[in-house]
Amino acid sequence: MSTDQDMYAAPGETSQGRVFTVTGQDWDSITQSIGESADERVVVNMGPQHPSTHGVLRLILELEGETVTEARCGIGYLHTGIEKNMEYRSWVQGVTFCTRMDYLSPFYNEATYVLGVERLLDIEDDIPEKAQVMRVLLMELNRLSSHLVAIATGGMEIGALTVMTIGFRERELVLDLFELITGLRMNHAFIRPGGVAQDLPPGALDEIRDFIALMKKRLPEYAALCNANPIFKGRLEGVGHLDLAGCMALGLTGPVLRSTGYAWDLRKTQPYCGYEDYDFEVQTWDTADSYGRFRIRLNEMWESLKIVEQCADRLAGLEGAPVMVGDKKIAWPSQLAIGSDGMGNSLDHIRHIMGESMEALIHHFKLVTEGFRVPAGQAYVPIESPRGELGAHVVSDGGTRPFRAHFRDPSFTNLQATSVMSEGGMVADVIVAIASIDPVMGGVDR
Amino acid sequence: MTDKPDEKAAGKAADESDDKTDANESARPSEERNLEAAKDETGTGSAVEQPAPEQSPENVPAPTGEVRAVGARHGMFGVSGTGDTSGYGGLVSATVFPAPSQKPYGGWFDEVAGALEARLEATDLTAAVESVVVHRGEITFHVRREDLPFVAQMLRDDEALRFEFCSGVSGVHYPDDTGRELHAVYHLTSMTHNRRIRLEVAAPDSDPHVPSLVSVYPTLDWHERETYDMFGLVFDGHPALTRVLMPDDWPGHPQRKDYPLGGIPVEYKGGSIPPPDQRRSYN
Repeated sequence: MSTDQDMYAAPGETSQGRVFTVTGQDWDSITQSIGESADERVVVNMGPQHPSTHGVLRLILELEGETVTEARCGIGYLHTGIEKNMEYRSWVQGVTFCTRMDYLSPFYNEATYVLGVERLLDIEDDIPEKAQVMRVLLMELNRLSSHLVAIATGGMEIGALTVMTIGFRERELVLDLFELITGLRMNHAFIRPGGVAQDLPPGALDEIRDFIALMKKRLPEYAALCNANPIFKGRLEGVGHLDLAGCMALGLTGPVLRSTGYAWDLRKTQPYCGYEDYDFEVQTWDTADSYGRFRIRLNEMWESLKIVEQCADRLAGLEGAPVMVGDKKIAWPSQLAIGSDGMGNSLDHIRHIMGESMEALIHHFKLVTEGFRVPAGQAYVPIESPRGELGAHVVSDGGTRPFRAHFRDPSFTNLQATSVMSEGGMVADVIVAIASIDPVMGGVDR
Repeated sequence: MTDKPDEKAAGKAADESDDKTDANESARPSEERNLEAAKDETGTGSAVEQPAPEQSPENVPAPTGEVRAVGARHGMFGVSGTGDTSGYGGLVSATVFPAPSQKPYGGWFDEVAGALEARLEATDLTAAVESVVVHRGEITFHVRREDLPFVAQMLRDDEALRFEFCSGVSGVHYPDDTGRELHAVYHLTSMTHNRRIRLEVAAPDSDPHVPSLVSVYPTLDWHERETYDMFGLVFDGHPALTRVLMPDDWPGHPQRKDYPLGGIPVEYKGGSIPPPDQRRSYN
């Protein structure tokens, strides 16, 4: 459809020039009418609803023929005010909010926030070993599922549908593990200030071991399918190039930074949650392009699998160990059990507070409704999420609620590289470049 | 921590003086004895009649030095005008943030602070860093806002500092910190030295301007736009300071503490759920 008026232009916005609305199967009429005019310059508005823009990302591309001369991002379509909402909930409830930000890596959102709160509470050294191991286990499983989605959607966007189907097939297995351990597939709110919400359910370690064995068979399939595939390489190699200087200036971290050959990984450089005790390698590549980032993600999945294996071994020796800090003024009073329908009640706890101890009941209500107080101050404990440095700037004024919680989300920062990565290239490569950044709009817009 | 030995020492000293009086000077009037005992104790500083007060957390006085008190908290449940006769409604407690630290800061903090100071002295800008706060193993430099670009540039380029990576800027609104209501907090990383520091600048609500750091750290482009969007902090010198998350025509800056919150109407006898800041809550 072609008009001289832009019906989507806001009042006061310029609406000059011809406006085309592409609805599908009408490309012929558009090329025809563009061909009639001498001007080759077209501004294309891509998204926010477009299957290959990774969620509600809007791209404004200025094209000359098929070459992108300018690329700009429009974000904010998924802004939900999570940071503001957290200011009106208790410190523990904050976990429930921030887990929903970057929905592909919920455990990382929880972990960075919780680590900040624990630093302010000054209980960093009191977190039980088992809680730390479980955090690492969940985070590394989460890295697997997140990288699987990155590879799957990245493949789908360039037409490799099989990569998509097998990627989501394996991710589902990880989500099954999450469901078994936390009761939920996504939005877990499982990592809590002081530890984790509950102990491993019976049989979880066996399931994890089965999963590791299966993944060791399945991961080589990705390599066999993609690594030397000429079409795959042709689409990815040399696309979305960004060197180390560019990464530093634009603040890019994660696989994009490591694809320049710089081995910066917070798990190694500034370990948290006991990462210094695990044996794994930081994966780098030296091509600084989309293909390198794909290979890094693939290799990182192997490393994550190694860490998960070590976690499983350590957890086998930690049966019955506490998963919550000993301080009863901070620790969540009950240990909920997972029933067949998800997270259920703790019958023992209910019997205790309702039938045995008035003080326990008072204590329960004080902690659950009022929450604990966190000493005034600010903390920032960044962690290495699948997309790069994820950090929560947590500010407390000494109350029972966060005074301010700001999340430095790697997707938000990395997406700034869209222009540098895609300007001067072909329009089809914009998709590949963005897929190699792997932005999650829930994290970008928060 | 240190109070227990004190108490013990005081108790012990009191026992000793009692022993003395029993053995030799039982004839003297008790008032005199006590006076002398008190005199003996002047060295340790705790009087016999008044044992050291119990030092549980609620009895410990505020830390000495300059304390950054920001506002006060009233009552316990965030409501007023109810028939609460418990007395908790009258509770007033100050919001006290960690006080500025004195040298030495410990570890590599001194190296960074020293290098920064030396460079600032060389350029006659010693007042650029207003205070340094070390809290929970993190160091914060409070920087005068007009000197921010210079300090940041130096932190990035100086060989001893090399904070080449900026994680972003986060705004914080302290409505009761008169004259310094809006804070911009920057987290810098030195990948060369594997260190992290925090810069903090403050601007008053009446003049919400902070110099932009996009020329030093291009990554701050969107971060500064977000902080402007959410707090109304204007970053002077930003190439295109527009909203980034909220719609362009949005009125107000949502993450400021004075931004009005909406309630939720419920379909029951015209009732509505009040906005979160007006609900009954602990504070």
